[in-house]
Amino acid sequence: MGSLFKKMARSQLAIPLFALFLLVVFNLIRDPEFFSITIATNNDGNAVLSGNLISILNGASAIAILSIGMTLITSSCKGQDISVAAVAAIAGSVFVSVLRANEITIPVFLLAFLLSCVVSVLFSLFNGVLVAVFKIQPMIATLILFSAGRSIAYWINGGATPTVSSPLLTSIGGFIPGIPIPTPILIMVIFLILITLVLRFTNLGLYTQVVGINEGTAHLNGISPVWIKLIAFIISGVCVATAGCITVCRIGLINHETLLLDAEMDVILAVAIGGNALSGGKFNLYGSVIGAYIIQALTVTLYAMKVPSAAVKAYKAIVIILIVVCSSPVVKDFVVRMYKKMFKKQPEKEVQAKAA
Amino acid sequence: MKKGKDLIIENRGKKPREPISNTNLLMTITICTFIGMYLLAMFVWGGGFLNPQQFLDLFNNNAFLLIIACGLTMVMISGGIDISGGGVTALVTMACVVYLEDHGGTVIGSLLLALGIGLFFGLLHGILVAYLEIQPFIVTLAGMFFARGMVTIVSIAPRTATHEAFLNLKQMRITIPGMGYYGKTGIFIPAQIELGVVIALIVVIAVAIILKWTRFGRNLYAVGGNSHSALTLGINVKRTKFYAYLLAGILSGIAGYVYLLHTGAGDAANATQAEMQAIASNIIGGTLLTGGVGNVIGTLFGMLSLKTITNIVIASGLTKPYYQSITTGLMLCFFILLQSVILAVREKGAIGLLPEWLRPGKKDNKQS
Repeated sequence: MGSLFKKMARSQLAIPLFALFLLVVFNLIRDPEFFSITIATNNDGNAVLSGNLISILNGASAIAILSIGMTLITSSCKGQDISVAAVAAIAGSVFVSVLRANEITIPVFLLAFLLSCVVSVLFSLFNGVLVAVFKIQPMIATLILFSAGRSIAYWINGGATPTVSSPLLTSIGGFIPGIPIPTPILIMVIFLILITLVLRFTNLGLYTQVVGINEGTAHLNGISPVWIKLIAFIISGVCVATAGCITVCRIGLINHETLLLDAEMDVILAVAIGGNALSGGKFNLYGSVIGAYIIQALTVTLYAMKVPSAAVKAYKAIVIILIVVCSSPVVKDFVVRMYKKMFKKQPEKEVQAKAA
Repeated sequence: MKKGKDLIIENRGKKPREPISNTNLLMTITICTFIGMYLLAMFVWGGGFLNPQQFLDLFNNNAFLLIIACGLTMVMISGGIDISGGGVTALVTMACVVYLEDHGGTVIGSLLLALGIGLFFGLLHGILVAYLEIQPFIVTLAGMFFARGMVTIVSIAPRTATHEAFLNLKQMRITIPGMGYYGKTGIFIPAQIELGVVIALIVVIAVAIILKWTRFGRNLYAVGGNSHSALTLGINVKRTKFYAYLLAGILSGIAGYVYLLHTGAGDAANATQAEMQAIASNIIGGTLLTGGVGNVIGTLFGMLSLKTITNIVIASGLTKPYYQSITTGLMLCFFILLQSVILAVREKGAIGLLPEWLRPGKKDNKQS
């Protein structure tokens, strides 16, 4: 029992999973029907799943994809990229401008996606070079694109908010005919599987952690910190382009001001709630993804409780503080010490009782 | 290598000048850039830049930003970050307006309310960061979310202050003797600053004194430079960090009141992105996010440079807002790269490349 508790307390995923569990229980008590999934028919006449659970999974997919890239950057560079949302706006703008210039067919769609990937990887690499080569704090290096990124998107769009509509885009942002699960969830799952495979079958994950824990050691062991950091930024660039394109497909237009607004903060929160140290080093991708779902579940719960949308942030902040306080090392140590005290004293009492 | 050694041997007999510290070097660069930029603007665009009132308006419009940035400087020197400044500012403006309008508050009361809100956030951040060892970015991010959310809970609609005593305070202008310009009708209009600017300048001076001459200030540099060696030196690292966040919180509260004195309205959109602008001011001013390096005077000039570049962009005819943010980004990029290169060169000790006063590691005593 004691060892199980110790293992639980030590596991990185314990607190995020527990928080998610609490949220689910809270919702079930409040409204037993909260997680019921119904099969509805959408405008195109397809049978699709709908319900709060689906909307949580669907809504969090963009942040979850972004959090994968952010985790790698956090781990290797000991800092966060705050320009992801702005770069996503740029990628989305490129995506839309290619789509608008051509008739929307599958090859054109793929070309547009590829181009937006290339553009966002280039911007990410700009950040990456500043961080890896010039050794600038990631948060400061990405502050440049954070302040200029949305303006570049504005420039690409020519100041307008162009719309695109096509059955192909609605099937990417919504549902593929015949499949009842929203496509963003599928894309998210595919993305996670791909990244997992990459980390499982290459040394990338290990090297990333080594660079994060001790750059000098990594260098002495023949791992180039610069390259590992650049690779993290490249992967993040692909994540950013994917998230941007999914969001564009979902809403059918590109608005450089509001596309994924404040997403960078949510993503960093997701990484932190997932139990990853923002100061780099060891990481757990699944923790970050779970963190993204916690944030979205929290938002959906608050909306369901009829909290006005502008005030959601305040309640969100309180829950976030509670989660990070629970996962803080000081509090964890304290709890473990208290637990030990309680369990060490009991046998003594029993002995005394027997002796008496 | 030989060259460097020879130079050192050569210089051994002479009186070597004290090498300039990183903090002062970065600050000097910022000040020079600002003065150069402003002089250039005066010669090229003339017009508004020759008008002293436009220079003072840099202060009038951004006094709150300066105060937030000062608080942030202390936090950044201690090696942390505080991104809640803008949110707290917005919350203070809204809370004070609602208090003045709906609850029959007094000016003193509203000032105390502003300080109280700042103190609350400072305490919260300080305890969570220093004593519970939670990452400062997340703590202050949650603080920002909380403050921004609370603004709309206090009042969703924007509110304007109509309280008489407060409006009198808001209208208060301080005339600078000897400075002014001739208006279109040829009448001499003296240059004026608002009350908030005085508060902001007092804050700058106070923070500069704290950083330079108090034990707490010197401890901040030690903690930010290397918290482990600071601990072994017997510095109370946790308490130093706690006080840094506490002061930053209180200064955010004051910044909110100054913002209210400037606009007289409470709005959920007040001071949007002020935290990022404050961080940018600090970076341009030579404060490093890694901690241990920085100066509040640099922050002042960083803020001025940041705002002057916006004015220059507008004066040169690029009035669309996206040009401003792109130039801000470029300027940040320039300063960040410059600092990075300078620090790298100094660390590696590329002695032959640098003028004598830039060379590190020769801290011989001055013989006077």
